[in-house]
Amino acid sequence: MSVQFSKEKLDRVNELISRYPEGKQKSALLPVLHLAQQEFGGWLDVSTMDYVASLLKIQSIEVYEVASFYSMYNLKPVGKYVFEVCQTGPCMLNGSDQIISYIKERLNINVGETTADGLFTLKTVECLGACGYAPMMQLGKIYKENLTKEKVDQIIEECTAIAAANN
Amino acid sequence: MTKKLLLDKVHVEGIRNFDVYRREGGYQSVEKALKMQQDDIVEEVKKSGLRGRGGAGFPTGLKWSFLAKPEGLSRYLVCNADESEPGTFKDRYLMELIPHLLIEGMIVSSYALGSTTSYIYIRGEYDWVSDILDKAIDEAKQNGFLGKNILGSGFDCEIYTHRGAGAYICGEETALLESLEGKRGLPRIKPPFPAVKGVWDCPTVVNNVETIAAVVPIINDGGEAYSKIGVGRSTGTKLISACGNINKPGVYEIDMTISVEEFIYSDEYCGGIPNGKRLKACIPGGSSVPILPANLLLKTAKGETRMMNYESLSDGGFATGSMMGSGGFIVLDEDQCVVRHTLTLARFYHHESCGQCSPCREGTGWMEKVFQKIENGKGEMKDIDLLWDIQRRIEGNTICPLGDAAAWPVAAAIRHFRDEFEWHINNREECLIRNYGLAHYADPLEAVVS
Ligand SMILES: Cc1cc2nc3c(=O)[nH]c(=O)nc-3n(C[C@H](O)[C@H](O)[C@H](O)COP(=O)(O)O)c2cc1C
Ligand code: SF4
Ligand code: FES
Repeated sequence: MSVQFSKEKLDRVNELISRYPEGKQKSALLPVLHLAQQEFGGWLDVSTMDYVASLLKIQSIEVYEVASFYSMYNLKPVGKYVFEVCQTGPCMLNGSDQIISYIKERLNINVGETTADGLFTLKTVECLGACGYAPMMQLGKIYKENLTKEKVDQIIEECTAIAAANN
Repeated sequence: MTKKLLLDKVHVEGIRNFDVYRREGGYQSVEKALKMQQDDIVEEVKKSGLRGRGGAGFPTGLKWSFLAKPEGLSRYLVCNADESEPGTFKDRYLMELIPHLLIEGMIVSSYALGSTTSYIYIRGEYDWVSDILDKAIDEAKQNGFLGKNILGSGFDCEIYTHRGAGAYICGEETALLESLEGKRGLPRIKPPFPAVKGVWDCPTVVNNVETIAAVVPIINDGGEAYSKIGVGRSTGTKLISACGNINKPGVYEIDMTISVEEFIYSDEYCGGIPNGKRLKACIPGGSSVPILPANLLLKTAKGETRMMNYESLSDGGFATGSMMGSGGFIVLDEDQCVVRHTLTLARFYHHESCGQCSPCREGTGWMEKVFQKIENGKGEMKDIDLLWDIQRRIEGNTICPLGDAAAWPVAAAIRHFRDEFEWHINNREECLIRNYGLAHYADPLEAVVS
């Protein structure tokens, strides 16, 4: 299966490349991978990475080694909603352990797993720069801060409702 | 009350928009700077005594004066907005609330350094913050503060944001430059330093967000005026992000003449500790710096009041002091477990080690394992010495300072809280259900600042 950006997204790729000096188009790799992951199903499969390599005129291996280094790139499919809960010290002091246990219980999955309906994935992550608003999780582009069990319930309900409406 | 130089306008309605920011006096430093000689700007920054706000505290003017200027090579300014040190969220606050301040500082600094294309390397998770900056950059450009021939001065400048993708190590400046080149974030061996050979082999200055923002008041008011704020070599104001067990977590701008006690207990800042709990310990400068028990936090070993500035926080060295670091101020109350907290940090550094040097790669993983063992009620006395031994072998034996950053919190936890580690080992079942509490390192003052 080969992938292809829309005309609009290709323009975006070219704009990204133009931010760096002539011949240094590899510098656009991180931003272009973000775009690719967003456009092609929330993760990067080999054909997507090969496509990105061809756009930037670099070797596929140069893309693989970068994609595997950074934690934000998914090399496996993930659920529609990924709960990335911070577990580092400052969040722990404010109860992140309890929030993680609660989500596990609510969704009936372990850390790293996806619910059977493919809707939710639970991940633990390290400090996201929201330590003063702990406990917190990242959900897509958004930070959900000052989490409580009630807030978690609410987030799960909202996601479920949106997914149902889109089906 | 501290005179605010960076955050004074954050609560002005609409300050994120160019027009409001400009109306409030924004971008005046660009108008002023473009009429100055580039070297004179560097001189003002030197005079100000400004020290890098990213963690190391290196004098900014001096760093700028090291930038090589060979014929025919471009020079670059790269802003470090990777902000991933646990406890630190000040740069996010600044960029999110008053983005034009950073852009203004970037323009002045780019001019001073001769960088016609400058980058803001921002951590990937700050996606919406990067959108806010992109909008500010667009507005500045539409208003003639960026692009070709800025304000008719003949100076051209573009600024671009560049999002990382989740890697603490990319905050280290040479790893950041690798990442900007589209590679894995593997720190480079120094020398050569970025000032000589940075991004794409060109001379490069890397500065923290707060450092670059501070250039604005320095140019507006002059380096000398800036240097008069604060005390000793801690000049100007510092952003502190406060978190953990306090009533008012958040970002505060302080002028470095207040005491740690005032910072924790006064209503102007952290507002004390919730639920009437007592202070147990604090990591005053981000996860990498040594943790201090309450008694050494509020007073130095010499019995002097500990102040919120570079010199006082590091008074006593690592034996009895700590560091200002990135200004990530993490407070632990009497219910917290130092072993468990340090375990999360050991896990963090293990997760973030880039794996290039064996002492860091192996040592961080090993430390995490030993911590898990102790915290899970399976520890033995010899494990404490083992942890001590591992951290000693990492420190100073690696390519980049992440190794040290992983070693120091472990060393400090054992140095000051050894009895708590021992209690875990002597009470293997009890440690699973309750924490050790305060013991002798309880807040010696108890009396609270009103
Ligand atoms: C592991 C590691 C992580 C770092 N993370 C950051 C960071 O997130 N932000 C930052 O400004 N500096 C960070 N630094 C410090 C930078 O290497 C560099 O010293 C700093 O950006 C210089 O800017 P300054 O002089 O304005 O402080 C880090 C250093 C190390 C070793
Ligand atoms: S000290 Fe650790 S993070 Fe730094 S280069 Fe070595 S292995 Fe990488
Ligand atoms: S520790 Fe969780 S956001 Fe910083």
